[in-house]
Amino acid sequence: MFYREAGDFNTSYKQDNQTFPIKFDRWRYYAVLAVAFGVVPFFINDYWANAVFVPFLIYTIAAIGLNILTGYCGQLSLGTGGFMAVGAYAVYKLMTAFPDVSIVIHVILAGGITAAVGVLFGLPSLRIKGFYLAVATLAAQFFLVWLFNRVPWFYNYSASGQISAPERTVVGVAVTGANTEAWAKYMISLVFVVACAWLARNLTRGTIGRKWMAIRDMDIAAEIIGVNPLTAKLSAFAVSSFFVGISGALFFSVYLGAVEVGEAFGIQKSFLVLFMIIIGGLGSIFGSFAGAAFLVLLPVLLKNTLVGGFGWATDLAAHFELVIVGGLIISFLIMEPHGLAQLWRVAKEKLRLWPFPH
Amino acid sequence: MKRLAALTVAAVMAAAPAMAELVFPSLSYRTGPYAANGIPFADGYADYFTLVNERDGGIGGIKTRIVECETGYNTEKGVECYESTKGEGALIYQPLSTGITYQLIPKVTADGIPLHSMGYGRTSASNGKVFKWVFNYPTNYWNGASIMIKYILGQEGGDIKGKKIALVYHNSAYGKEPIRTLQELSKKHGFELSLLPVDHPGQEQKSQWLQIRREKPDYVLMWGWGVMNQVAIQEAANIRFPMDKFIGIWWSGSENDVLPVGAKADGYKALNMNLPGSDFPIYADLKKYVFDKGMAAGAGDQAGTVLYNRGLYAAMLAVEAAKKAQEIHGVAQITPAMMRDGMEALDITAAKMDALGVPNFGPEFSVSCADHGGGGQAVVQQWDAKAGKWNVISDFITPDKSVIDPLIEEDSMAYAKENNIQLRCN
Repeated sequence: MFYREAGDFNTSYKQDNQTFPIKFDRWRYYAVLAVAFGVVPFFINDYWANAVFVPFLIYTIAAIGLNILTGYCGQLSLGTGGFMAVGAYAVYKLMTAFPDVSIVIHVILAGGITAAVGVLFGLPSLRIKGFYLAVATLAAQFFLVWLFNRVPWFYNYSASGQISAPERTVVGVAVTGANTEAWAKYMISLVFVVACAWLARNLTRGTIGRKWMAIRDMDIAAEIIGVNPLTAKLSAFAVSSFFVGISGALFFSVYLGAVEVGEAFGIQKSFLVLFMIIIGGLGSIFGSFAGAAFLVLLPVLLKNTLVGGFGWATDLAAHFELVIVGGLIISFLIMEPHGLAQLWRVAKEKLRLWPFPH
Repeated sequence: MKRLAALTVAAVMAAAPAMAELVFPSLSYRTGPYAANGIPFADGYADYFTLVNERDGGIGGIKTRIVECETGYNTEKGVECYESTKGEGALIYQPLSTGITYQLIPKVTADGIPLHSMGYGRTSASNGKVFKWVFNYPTNYWNGASIMIKYILGQEGGDIKGKKIALVYHNSAYGKEPIRTLQELSKKHGFELSLLPVDHPGQEQKSQWLQIRREKPDYVLMWGWGVMNQVAIQEAANIRFPMDKFIGIWWSGSENDVLPVGAKADGYKALNMNLPGSDFPIYADLKKYVFDKGMAAGAGDQAGTVLYNRGLYAAMLAVEAAKKAQEIHGVAQITPAMMRDGMEALDITAAKMDALGVPNFGPEFSVSCADHGGGGQAVVQQWDAKAGKWNVISDFITPDKSVIDPLIEEDSMAYAKENNIQLRCN
């Protein structure tokens, strides 16, 4: 009824290619942004920031990054945890080496460093494909974690091998360190998420994104029509690692404040982010948000309902959480193999016809 | 903004007496690879508070309430647990995880809630001049390392020059803690130190023990936790390493660690800061007020084990600190800040332990403004596989403070400098 193209006339090429072709969607998008920027920061408290919003936003960036590599370019990667660790350690070294430079610049530089490392580990992708590439990136995962554990220079020779973020400010407001207000943490994560999602969306629908998708769909055919696999694959690794590096940098500096590489960036992290994009939807920016929300928010919600609401024992609730999340993942994958993003697409199609579907 | 937050916190605290209860969060882990060790500790911790409520009607007439939150030994969940419990008026945090402790040190300092990492966490937090809100009495890892070396010195007749000592450690902040101290001690006593890291969760240790077999160290020390302990003891048994030369830290010396290995674990040694077993008068009270009423935490099958006793001990120290805080401030409904004052004035004497029904249970120690670490003593215990119990084979050993104090000073001062902390207690 209100969700339709009819009456919304595009008069330029630009309008014809906009991300949200339906007026209602556009307004919904602006409304979400307005609430996220204008309302949430005034009501957020420590619990909502640290347990819900900040991890959700940061995991979203990682999911967008992996989605570019796996969802758009078809290169399966299990090295996400290792690349997040590169981002975290890069930002730590930068923060401690150049305390006067803004943390925002450090985070972006950390993304750049991770991009370089990603390209290096992406080189084998020119020769090996599919599961074999997954194993090669798995090697990156283990190597990077081992490296950060092994070489004391990376953790500034601290006795425990932990890195901890000193206080840094953006326009006078602390965004890292213990005295950070909840809203400041939330806002810096939000700004990075919006910027990354905007960048990713525009990259994936331009030339470079089309090259990635051509490689994903059939690399030989892509090569024949003139897509250079070297640049396409390596640029996918670079861009993907850039986002993953930013998320790792924020994960360490804004969210946790102190990390130890084996625990925070182990293989579980790689799988977690991979599950996010599979459940959310491969090759979809919205899917990255949906998948991150599903895997970050659902356990917290379940814990609060089972322990807080029903008063169950904590261990029973923790076990049931695994059962419920696992069961939901399986049923989702059976009912909608293309993820939450596909559900959303189907819902939109239905909405267009509503209330008179034929 | 910060002042506003402080005011809100103060207002919340002022409003707290209306609830009339003392809240003790328990960040436990009953799931995951470390659950076997997390469960007995959490049970002991909870049972002691139940006992205090049932027998004494709470602390100073106010009932205690445990808020349990499952961390799975995972720092992200630990943060979630901290944030979700701190609003309930939490008096003290004991996360039983070095990783989570590191995570919480800056947070509790900002929020003003005391953190007690009993025999784990950041060692240099025992410098109260720098770490106002963090305590790690009665002992810490650096003391543990020193006690082990002191014990070995005693075994070898005071000379360990040229001996080889290997450290098998959990490759994390926890396992890396003793390295600095052991390196200093190796310089002092002239022994050769080799380091063998084991990655989380520690089920795969073949290569480490192959190396031990090749290098033939005279002693092996272990900083392990969870499933890593049993695997290490099994591997040591497989290569026929003499068990009485294999010494674990206090987190590597519970029944869970040795029982799976069976008879071959006989003779394995570990440090302990509290005595094992149930031959203490307090167990009569526990039976009467907790077990027989069916109020035991968890499955109720952990009583008398090493880690259950440590949970009891941790809760006991928290309750004693709360009593002290009530005494100092003259109010029953204490705030986290008052709790901190109580912890700083804590004095555990033999007479006090007798009165609590736990004679000679732990070391005698006292806490002060500058010293948040206590005396640092620990005992050595040895596993008797036939009898299926731990025997204490030494007195409480005092660590070599001349090595540890400068290290603590150095590390804590570096932290103070990094974080612009003004020194206290001058």
